[in-house]
Amino acid sequence: MATYQEVRLPAVDRGTRPPRRLLRLPLGRLVSRPTGAIGVGIVLLLLVFAVAAPLLAPFDPIEQPGKRLLDPDSTYLLGTDQFGRDILSRIIYGARVALMVGVISVSIALAIGGTLGLISGFYLGVVDTVVQRVVDTMLAFPSLILIIAISSVLGPSMSTAMLAIGLVQSSGFARIVRGPVLVVMQEQYVEAARAIGAHPFTIMYRYLLPNIAAPLIVQTTLAFSGAILAEAGLSFLGLGTQPPDPSWGTMLGDGRKFMELAPAVAVFPGLAISLAVLGFNLLGDALRDVLDPTLRRR
Amino acid sequence: MGNYLLRRLVQVVPTIVGISILVFGLMRFLPGDIVSLMVNPDNPMPEDQRETLRRMFGLNEPIYVQYLRWVGGIARGDFGVSLRMSTPVTSLLFQRLGVTVELALLAVAFSALIAVPLGVLAAVRPNGISALSAQVLGLVGLSFPSFWIATMLLLVSSLYFDWQPELIWISPFDDPIANAQQMFLPVLSLSLALIAVVMRMTRSAMLDTLSQDYIRTARAKGHRERIVIWRHAFKNALIPVMTVIGLQIGGLLGGAVVIEQIFGLPGIGWLILNAIYQRDYPVVQGGVLFVAVGFVLINLLVDLLYSYVNPRIRYS
Repeated sequence: MATYQEVRLPAVDRGTRPPRRLLRLPLGRLVSRPTGAIGVGIVLLLLVFAVAAPLLAPFDPIEQPGKRLLDPDSTYLLGTDQFGRDILSRIIYGARVALMVGVISVSIALAIGGTLGLISGFYLGVVDTVVQRVVDTMLAFPSLILIIAISSVLGPSMSTAMLAIGLVQSSGFARIVRGPVLVVMQEQYVEAARAIGAHPFTIMYRYLLPNIAAPLIVQTTLAFSGAILAEAGLSFLGLGTQPPDPSWGTMLGDGRKFMELAPAVAVFPGLAISLAVLGFNLLGDALRDVLDPTLRRR
Repeated sequence: MGNYLLRRLVQVVPTIVGISILVFGLMRFLPGDIVSLMVNPDNPMPEDQRETLRRMFGLNEPIYVQYLRWVGGIARGDFGVSLRMSTPVTSLLFQRLGVTVELALLAVAFSALIAVPLGVLAAVRPNGISALSAQVLGLVGLSFPSFWIATMLLLVSSLYFDWQPELIWISPFDDPIANAQQMFLPVLSLSLALIAVVMRMTRSAMLDTLSQDYIRTARAKGHRERIVIWRHAFKNALIPVMTVIGLQIGGLLGGAVVIEQIFGLPGIGWLILNAIYQRDYPVVQGGVLFVAVGFVLINLLVDLLYSYVNPRIRYS
């Protein structure tokens, strides 16, 4: 650690002034690597599906226009399900469910876990001990089992699934945030901010948060894939999104009873889940490589 | 070692207490209480009878008394009684334990058998086909949900191989071959994610150790490359791999819930899930607690193994 007597010319500027912008996202470097490009591509595709679902989907996702369990043909590109609904349209609308679950669960996790991690690393002492013991307890559960237990107690629905996933993921955020906060707390600009009497809230949000943004963004991206996977699993078991809403997990869970007659009902929803999760995983890995050279895996 | 063991044991206690509070507290969020869940809505019970039942279950006592009573029961091996089956939860749990343990053990063994050599190979030959396939497998394994893999395996085996799994679980002690046939697909679908994680960890740990000075020394001494890789590098790379396997057991137990359901294997996950469907909350409560505490104890065991293999941990 640097002391005040040391004179390190280039470091003075870097060490005393916090970065202005929250984060400079090197998009060029992100898409220049194949995994990053594929990840960005899949996530953009999901976004387009979710936003423009009514324009893109050839049929209504809930109405039952066709014959049941048709194999893919020129009208029903991915076939029809056990109620005669167009599978492609339901998959396109399903992107809305997946992204909404991702956004809301991860926001809950970020708000609760991120704040707890910041507070825990900032105040240390008793606060830190209490928060970290609670986090230990949450992390001691196999996460899917805890998610299943919470959402079944609250009553199975899409909103309780999102709440349960968010709550369980917040423990991971609290743990991930605390480490970098401890490191940044040692920086001179934090010391300077404390010396001029900045409010703890100001220090946390102006000085700490921007400097832990890199690991936080990576964790957020990976939490998206975790949330989508967890919701799909819950809905597969009938404990998440309830029919007739087009959740990929529900489609797979309900459709699999008919898959020997029409494999499409089980194949395509599962592919959609896998692709979405793969997209966020690739994006998260690429972001980690680009943003955080110290965490780079070989 | 004894000192370290004691320290780790003491650290586990608050976690287990926390787990029990969380599980107990969770069940208090249920709408209504156990009595209202037991009562058939078509045939409502008079209020005074409900009151008697509540008193019987101790529901009129303060919440901390109820908690202590529950924890005290568990300490004596009493997890309560199933609402639907009128069987003690403890005996239900122990009946189902074997299936889940077998599934998890086989999945860990199978994954290690595939993932460790592949990870080593990918690290030793970073430009070879094995490195590429390791990368692809690593991403696919982490992204494809086990329940979809399981569904696809069932689909393919029934469509093309005309294979139907036995509906009743056969113990490996009764008929090992029938059991193996039955467990093969569940283990395979549960293993994929574990293979991905273990392989990535093996690869990066091997790359780490291969760049160490003692590896250069070993090579400089003129050891054959095979000895350098397996005796000098691999042994040291194994330590983080062990930890990651321990940490993945939580994911494995979660995945087992879904896999047991798909294949109709009567394990702990199957028990918890069906208790949820039937609103049999004493079973849910006991099952979740049982699994979480088991997971903590497994991680403790992994930690102790870890410190046995790597003495530096003990003295830090």
